[in-house]
Amino acid sequence: MIDYLTMILTAAGLFFFFATTLGLLRFPDFYSRMHAAGKGDTLSSLLILSGLALYHLHDPSTANILVAAKILFILVFIFMASPTATHAIIDAGYQSEVKPWTRADDGEGDDDLAV
Amino acid sequence: MYFISTTLILFAFWLVLSGKFDLFHLALGAISSLVVAWMSSDLLFFEQNKKGRTGEALRFLAYIPWLVAEIFKSTIHVAWLALHPAMRERIDPRIVTFKTRLKSDVARAALANSITLTPGTITVRVEEDVFTVHALSDKTAAGLPGGMEERIARIFREEAA
Repeated sequence: MIDYLTMILTAAGLFFFFATTLGLLRFPDFYSRMHAAGKGDTLSSLLILSGLALYHLHDPSTANILVAAKILFILVFIFMASPTATHAIIDAGYQSEVKPWTRADDGEGDDDLAV
Repeated sequence: MYFISTTLILFAFWLVLSGKFDLFHLALGAISSLVVAWMSSDLLFFEQNKKGRTGEALRFLAYIPWLVAEIFKSTIHVAWLALHPAMRERIDPRIVTFKTRLKSDVARAALANSITLTPGTITVRVEEDVFTVHALSDKTAAGLPGGMEERIARIFREEAA
């Protein structure tokens, strides 16, 4: 039972990692790419790490529970660090006046990475 | 008071990370927790003369499930856009600014992080009470600041303007 839960959680995490990485490549400009990079990581790590924590509770000895607790700590820190890092990167872009892509720019240059 | 709670938090953290419960390691942990708390108990808690901190922490814990649900929606939204063949017709990014009525730094930081974690919006910049936000479409931009500001105001017991 726990094995299946772990599998489902890890697979879902990998799917979201894949989808948001694709978004990172496909979105038109710096700002919208940060949407993919910043949010995908958070949920995907949440899913994969909680899958791993569950897996360690398979055989609940003190050592395994401590491992699960450490994984949960990693999760908490990711939750604080990820939005902060996203914000720091996007603010750096805003400060150096990276021009945001708008509807009006569609079809014009600056499409170097479009897939 | 804050010295004691800092020591206890540090010691609990030590127990989890060390995983050894013999006298030698426990004593080591207790001594290091005390020394670190003595040097830096004013780093973990700021605004030390504030009241009602326990209630604030509990209300913040109750806020987390809602935030996790928002993160789910957000990532599904971004994943759907990323996989959509006509992605460029579906997004209409723009930068919007709005004023918040939240006063304290902690509440503003919580709002900024929550905006980043919810669907289609990222906080670009916070200057005093002006938030600059990048939104993926006009629909997500129109939802700002939405119910989130109210929720955070309730957590930190700030008066609605």
